[in-house]
Amino acid sequence: MNSEIALFLIQDGLTNGAIYALLALALVLVFAVTRVIFIPQGEFVTYGALTLASLQLGKLPGTAWLLLGAGLTVAVMELVQALRLGATQRIPAIVLKYIVIPAALLWLAWWIAPQKPALTLQILLALALVVPLGPMVYRLAYQPLANASVLVLLIISVAVHFVMTGLGLVFFGAEGSRTPPFSDAQWKLGVLNISGQSLWVIGASLGLIVALFLFFERTIYGKALRATAINRVGARLVGVSPAMAGKLSFTLAALIGVLSGILVAPITTIYYDSGFLVGLKGFVGAIMGGLVSYPIAAAGALLVGMLEAYSSFWASAYKEVIVFTLIIPVLVWRSLTTHHIEEDEE
Amino acid sequence: MSGGGMTRARFVLGVFLAFILMAPLVLPEFHVTLLNYIGLYSIVALGLVLLTGVGGLTSFGQAAFVGLGAYTTAYLATAYSLSPWITLLAGLALTFAVSLFLGFISLRLSGHYLPLGTIAWGISLYYLFGNMEFLGGYTGISSLPAINLFGLVLDSGRKFHYLIWTLVLLALLSINNLLDSRSGRAIRALKGGGLMAESFGVNTARMKIVIFIYAALLASLSGWLYAHLLRFVNPTPFSINAGIEYLFMAVVGGAASVWGAVVGAGILTILKQWLQDLLPKLLGQSGNFEMIVFGVLLVLLLQRARDGIMPLVVRHFPAPDKPLPAATEALTRRARPAVGETLLEVKAARKAFGGLVAVNDLSFAMNSGEILGLIGPNGAGKSTVFNLVTGVLPATGGEVHFRGERIDALSARAIVLRGVARTFQQVHLLPTMSVLENVAIGAHLRGAKGVVSAALHLEAWRRRSCLRRRRANSSASDSRLACTNRRAAWR
Repeated sequence: MNSEIALFLIQDGLTNGAIYALLALALVLVFAVTRVIFIPQGEFVTYGALTLASLQLGKLPGTAWLLLGAGLTVAVMELVQALRLGATQRIPAIVLKYIVIPAALLWLAWWIAPQKPALTLQILLALALVVPLGPMVYRLAYQPLANASVLVLLIISVAVHFVMTGLGLVFFGAEGSRTPPFSDAQWKLGVLNISGQSLWVIGASLGLIVALFLFFERTIYGKALRATAINRVGARLVGVSPAMAGKLSFTLAALIGVLSGILVAPITTIYYDSGFLVGLKGFVGAIMGGLVSYPIAAAGALLVGMLEAYSSFWASAYKEVIVFTLIIPVLVWRSLTTHHIEEDEE
Repeated sequence: MSGGGMTRARFVLGVFLAFILMAPLVLPEFHVTLLNYIGLYSIVALGLVLLTGVGGLTSFGQAAFVGLGAYTTAYLATAYSLSPWITLLAGLALTFAVSLFLGFISLRLSGHYLPLGTIAWGISLYYLFGNMEFLGGYTGISSLPAINLFGLVLDSGRKFHYLIWTLVLLALLSINNLLDSRSGRAIRALKGGGLMAESFGVNTARMKIVIFIYAALLASLSGWLYAHLLRFVNPTPFSINAGIEYLFMAVVGGAASVWGAVVGAGILTILKQWLQDLLPKLLGQSGNFEMIVFGVLLVLLLQRARDGIMPLVVRHFPAPDKPLPAATEALTRRARPAVGETLLEVKAARKAFGGLVAVNDLSFAMNSGEILGLIGPNGAGKSTVFNLVTGVLPATGGEVHFRGERIDALSARAIVLRGVARTFQQVHLLPTMSVLENVAIGAHLRGAKGVVSAALHLEAWRRRSCLRRRRANSSASDSRLACTNRRAAWR
């Protein structure tokens, strides 16, 4: 290996690592707030990438139908609940949020997709179509079980991952897609070719991390989420609704997932089931931080990206084996550093 | 009425056994194949009922152990032409070693690290199978020999059927025996009562490893059967998705009874077959669409009936409250210390939780024959003192001596072994166990029977579930009494 290849691999590792770092942050966020280990995080990456790919081909993405379907199901659940509680004043908001807006987005996508609008517009539309699925998934699968144990929530996550992967196959088919890069620019820095796309990925990731930091530090909703993460009961007692916190954290996770998908789509071909492995690599990073520390999670994810880049050079067939076996020493390390008393959790 | 439940259960069991016995003789090939698969999956799901349902440890990686068993036999039987019986032992030995290693690492972690770890090595092993050239890569290994059972060559699904189902029933029996033993009570206390069990001397870490290995060995056995039934292996059936499906089977069946594994495997296998026919026609394209239905089904099940289908079935077969076991010799009393001997001495014990000092340099001594009370308002740190003395919490400073021996650095298990028993503020009764079984945990250290003898013990099979009735959901005062008796059982 010469220095040119080494530098190239570092660039590759940093680009992928930045994506994994974003996902690791989302996973830590969701776990801290809701105790959900969010396996379907990767499916939002897939949905984001493939929705954008469909729009670029001028086709109506299947996720638009999914949004309406999920919206209708949530609407039915919410309406039943509202009627049972006699809270009829909620009905217009429910109808607007879960039926009218998804239907309007479906119509918009159907109308605008064949005209192949500008890339920015396509990205915005992809975000609008997929991100609302996050809170809807929370409402449908997790909210009824919000107080269940971490393990039950994890099994639910795996079940949701199954459903979303299967639906991905229905909507996008088995073929993979790759979108054109945001920028074709190339810079020469010494021996190294820096592609505009990898700068986009790293820059957008950094921007998103700063935005998240500001959100958590400066806004009341961000503080409410932090409060819930630190003490769920305490936060509830001062008026932070757990359902709100859950939906908000899932919205953020979905947003991060979709943006990651949009960023990564020009770099690798995304298939309907690619998200699982991408999400799990974020996980390896998140676990390094014990699912609680944001900085360690991000650093761990960068390490995963590097490791992946180098192992694909040295032993490309064993790339996945190496990355996922990495978790074993991490587990050993965590088991040596965590002295916990067995929680009696049912 | 309850006696009727027992007869009804025997009747259903009889019909089921007759069906298994007759099936290969009367059913068409396709249905026999389906039954064979149900049997294979049941063996893996049985391990998961023990591991996840009873022990509370979730594994998504069982498919990797199935693959380990299947690939070991496939490789050794084709490359070295070894007898499948030898390769079975080799597969089990390899699985034992691998599961011991993986279990040792991940089982010491708190709840959710284990399932995440199992996902990771599940994926890892799958890619390993697919990339090892001597294992045939993604194409796999073909033309495995058929199993030769005392001269009978099992070369068709119909012949194989009996071998599979005999092993399913043996596995069922062994787990049933195990759960109704000293070790079994300790295993059943893992979920929801780990702290309590540890305080009565149960080595919970060891028990977890034991059931982890047991489940892995069952999975490996299933893999061996699978390889010789199909006489071909490739990595696909051992992927993480298969591991997830095994867990679904255990969850759908539920842990209320070991039969849940068979019920879960049956329902999911038949449902999958049916959906694989139906959904591609409905959607006009091919693919594994059944996973959508499985996922939705599982979410609904966990939201509506978290314990799976079996509790709904078992309800119709109420087993009678069996007579208590015949009176046995009373346990011998421990040698009592002389009256007036200093039993417990606490010297400047201190416990700080961060900046909060819960116990501030407390000292007292207690002599044999004395009753010593510890009084104080709420939050004074009384329970913390108990936790320090019994080793549940490590002390920040100070010393605890019991009969002259320093015990504050010992584990809870080592302290109870020296004769310190305790109750808890919350009674820590296990609702799925009977009153007697709850009390019996207190006598855990008074017995010595291990896991293997429990699984093979035939007497235990006859007494099956005699302690399993009269669940411990009695009134508060009864619960307190049971809790006190549990402490007294360790005298």
